[in-house]
Amino acid sequence: MKLTVAETLSAEPKRWRVTLITTLICVFLLGWSMSGIQSSQSGEGGLSVAASIIGGILHPDTSLLFNFTSSGVAYLLFETMCIAFLGTLIGAVLAVPISFLSATNIVPSFIAWIGRFFIMAIRTIPAFVYGLMLIMVTGPGAFAGVLTMAFCSIGMLSKMFIETIEDLDKGIIESLDAQGCTLFQKIRYGIIPQLMPSFCSTLIYRFDMNLRDATVLGLVGAGGIGAPLIFAMSSYRWTQVGAILVGLIILVLIVEWISSRIRTKLMRG
Amino acid sequence: MSLYDRIFPPKEYTLSNGVKVKEKRSRMPLILLILLVCTIISGEVTGFRISVVIRRISYFFVMIRDMFPPSWSYMSSVWVPLFDTIKMSLLGSVLGALICVPFAILSSSNLIKNRIVTSLFKLFFSIVRTLPTLVIALIATYIWGLGTFAGTVAIGVFTFAYCGKILYEQIETVDMKPYEALEALGCNKTESVRWAVAPQVIPGFISNVLFCFEGNVRYAAILGYVGAGGLGLILNEKIGWREYDRVGMILIALFVTVTIIESLSQYLRSKLT
Repeated sequence: MKLTVAETLSAEPKRWRVTLITTLICVFLLGWSMSGIQSSQSGEGGLSVAASIIGGILHPDTSLLFNFTSSGVAYLLFETMCIAFLGTLIGAVLAVPISFLSATNIVPSFIAWIGRFFIMAIRTIPAFVYGLMLIMVTGPGAFAGVLTMAFCSIGMLSKMFIETIEDLDKGIIESLDAQGCTLFQKIRYGIIPQLMPSFCSTLIYRFDMNLRDATVLGLVGAGGIGAPLIFAMSSYRWTQVGAILVGLIILVLIVEWISSRIRTKLMRG
Repeated sequence: MSLYDRIFPPKEYTLSNGVKVKEKRSRMPLILLILLVCTIISGEVTGFRISVVIRRISYFFVMIRDMFPPSWSYMSSVWVPLFDTIKMSLLGSVLGALICVPFAILSSSNLIKNRIVTSLFKLFFSIVRTLPTLVIALIATYIWGLGTFAGTVAIGVFTFAYCGKILYEQIETVDMKPYEALEALGCNKTESVRWAVAPQVIPGFISNVLFCFEGNVRYAAILGYVGAGGLGLILNEKIGWREYDRVGMILIALFVTVTIIESLSQYLRSKLT
């Protein structure tokens, strides 16, 4: 049987109802979401503000940018990197046991379910709430920032760790068993080599994200580059904002470039 | 032979048939040493003291203890900001995702042959992605005033950068043969992109936008802190007044909403791919 093009096309499944309903739902949702938009000021007054902001950001305050004392951009960025590094590390230490307890191939599904609920709850609390809670523990400063970063990292880290743990190839452990390996040897040669590359890659990625999110810490006085940035913004010193932003953008771009190179190397083995 | 191998020469084994094989020394000690040094430096700079954490960790739970039992009656005034947050992130995600499409096409090197154009647009995406969302939200509140519109702009910019980068990476890895076939049949560029490239990237793209939307709902709760509307606004207010039972109620509402949206979007994404 030979079909013409027109016949083949007409035999195509008719899905216009599904398409129509999906479109209607999308349009309805969009319309509904527009109803919530309000702002206290129209664009005209904002235009001059925008012009001065962009002007300030394009002419960064070089004396702040190239200031190498403890109030200069360089030191603040260094502090931010330290916060992100230590925060990621502590987050990882906390996330590893949680993710082993929530992986369905390690523990019964009931416990895994509780673990996942716990992770969801940790992820829901916004960063600045953690910041405020932890400032009570440590007092304001970079120390609180480290702990906040750690708590904010747990959610994403354990989510990725769980995926890796659930992908574990049990055949390798069985074959080590058959060779008469001890428990320690099974962990050392059977489990760690399987988990390590992916764990490291996740950690490096999270470090990247933490560096970028570090401005949130400034809101609650938890150290790093965020607080000077927010202060400069709320007092309209746009040239200083420009200096800090330029420093931050360059740092993040460099770190991102290095981390993506390390991660491709890890993935290829 | 790298520097490390010259300092620590590889170990030599002689096999039973007389062949000599070399095993490179493990890099682990070097990496561990670097990590240890970084940890110590970071600990010094940030003033991290594990003893303080152990001694004072009970203070962490002060606020959490006060959140229970949450004040259920307060829920009636949580609805409006909660829906504001969802609306903000929905509109922001959709706008950002739509605007990023032309930019992503312009930065994919297999569709645009001009190297300078593609690398310029890629750099633009990178720079926008490094701008902290909070800073964008603050600037938006200065330009458009306090309210949900500023938050929508911030979320839109974030979605634009995130989805745009993933989209151009996807476009660059599509199978170009259908595209060439359509061009050979006499289709112009737009038609070839529409019928050969778009079908390959659209499911993945929508799935990414949904994923981004999930995260945006959670992030939108922070934006209120700088006055960009939504849940963060009342959250900040109630924390300031130390009405922690109401804070607990807000967080529970956020938790339930995020869970529902996440499972819905996970279902849709599993259907898409």
